[in-house]
Amino acid sequence: MNMNCDVVVVGAGPGGSMAAKTAAAAGLKVVMLEKRQEIGDPVRCAEGVGKRAFCQMVKPEPEWIAAEVKGARIYAPDGSRIVMSEDKGGSEVGYVLERKVFDRGLAMEAARAGAKVMVKTRALGLLKEDGVPCGVSALRIGEPLKIRAPLIIGADGVESKVGRWAGIDTTLKLKDIETCAQFLVSDPKIDDQYTEFFLGNTIAPAGYAWSFPKGEMLANVGLGILGSRSKPGEATRLLCSFMKSHFPNGKVVEMVVGGDPCSGPIESATADGVMLVGDAARQTDPLTGGGILTAMQAGMIVGEVAAKALAAGDLSKAGLKEYEDRWRADIGGHLARSYEFKEFFVKLSDKDLNQLIGSLAKEDISKMDLRGMLRVLFRLNPKLLWELRHLVI
Amino acid sequence: MLTVNRYKCCYCGACVGVCPTTALELVETWLEVSADCKECGICTKICPVGALEVKA
Repeated sequence: MNMNCDVVVVGAGPGGSMAAKTAAAAGLKVVMLEKRQEIGDPVRCAEGVGKRAFCQMVKPEPEWIAAEVKGARIYAPDGSRIVMSEDKGGSEVGYVLERKVFDRGLAMEAARAGAKVMVKTRALGLLKEDGVPCGVSALRIGEPLKIRAPLIIGADGVESKVGRWAGIDTTLKLKDIETCAQFLVSDPKIDDQYTEFFLGNTIAPAGYAWSFPKGEMLANVGLGILGSRSKPGEATRLLCSFMKSHFPNGKVVEMVVGGDPCSGPIESATADGVMLVGDAARQTDPLTGGGILTAMQAGMIVGEVAAKALAAGDLSKAGLKEYEDRWRADIGGHLARSYEFKEFFVKLSDKDLNQLIGSLAKEDISKMDLRGMLRVLFRLNPKLLWELRHLVI
Repeated sequence: MLTVNRYKCCYCGACVGVCPTTALELVETWLEVSADCKECGICTKICPVGALEVKA
């Protein structure tokens, strides 16, 4: 079977759906492919997003949101803790989503805006004419399908192929991916008002463990460790130990695993006729692992640039430069800074982490944002944080 | 040879993202290994559940 459209979006996660929705709303003929038969499932995510940024991009349906939190608690390896309020806690606290419902909801918005959504349809490769991509070949419910489109948006996640097919090397090094495991845990001791972060090289080497509430007595309890510090099955093994030490009576009702890119901004997210978005473009915050908001933001930009570039008739890499410029301006700088923090953070010993968290014990950080907190940390621990001075000032 | 323990695999696709030869492909719950696999073992380290193993 053959089809024609203006834009084909590969992958129906938040990045793909926002791109499809924006492009369709601008009048383009959009086809969005999802290789799974169900959108949003199985989940590979801790599901936290900052409330303000989220609500600026979409009007959330009540069923998308599993819990709303007041703040975040960060625990040092020695158990001492600091508390941050929600509005200052950065982009990973605020709402805890129900991704299975949210992802499908967002795909539905793309469909309502006019995009054609095709599930159980897997892209197999790019169609090319004189070496220039002009669509994708796919397998739809086991049957071959050719979709011709002058523009291809790769929103195909951590396992992205679209970029690599177009000559963009998005292969993640082990030091640039966090391998994660998570349980949905039912436990009366879960405080549904706070997200919690647990630091320590025993708990999660070069990563952290988390508890994100999903309602009364229910939370996503998980952890991520740096790929270069992992060995086969380590994430799940460490999560089981963490459960024993921190939620000994917790009842596991779901299991989630996944890889989270933390490479920082890639050299190029565009090629002739191709734009990458979200995890596929490694637009995940390298320090926190959060990637929903950045994917959505980039998705909106991609959709707008798609419409402009098609109108202008230039879909070459040069013609798509506006996307490159805008995503770097909007989120690239943040991702780059975050990557430097991550590269520093992964080297810290438990003693260092205890010192840093402990140094804040007498400070009032409840009203501070992450940047403000870093300034205080730098003032109190200049020697330890010397390498980061250019980021703090 | 790279083997996939189908009873362990949670089909998250982390292995696909680190494969230097694009030899892996996740098809819903089924991880495909192509002939391009060089048995480098990078994917085995990243696997959160330990489903991958390079066997002699």
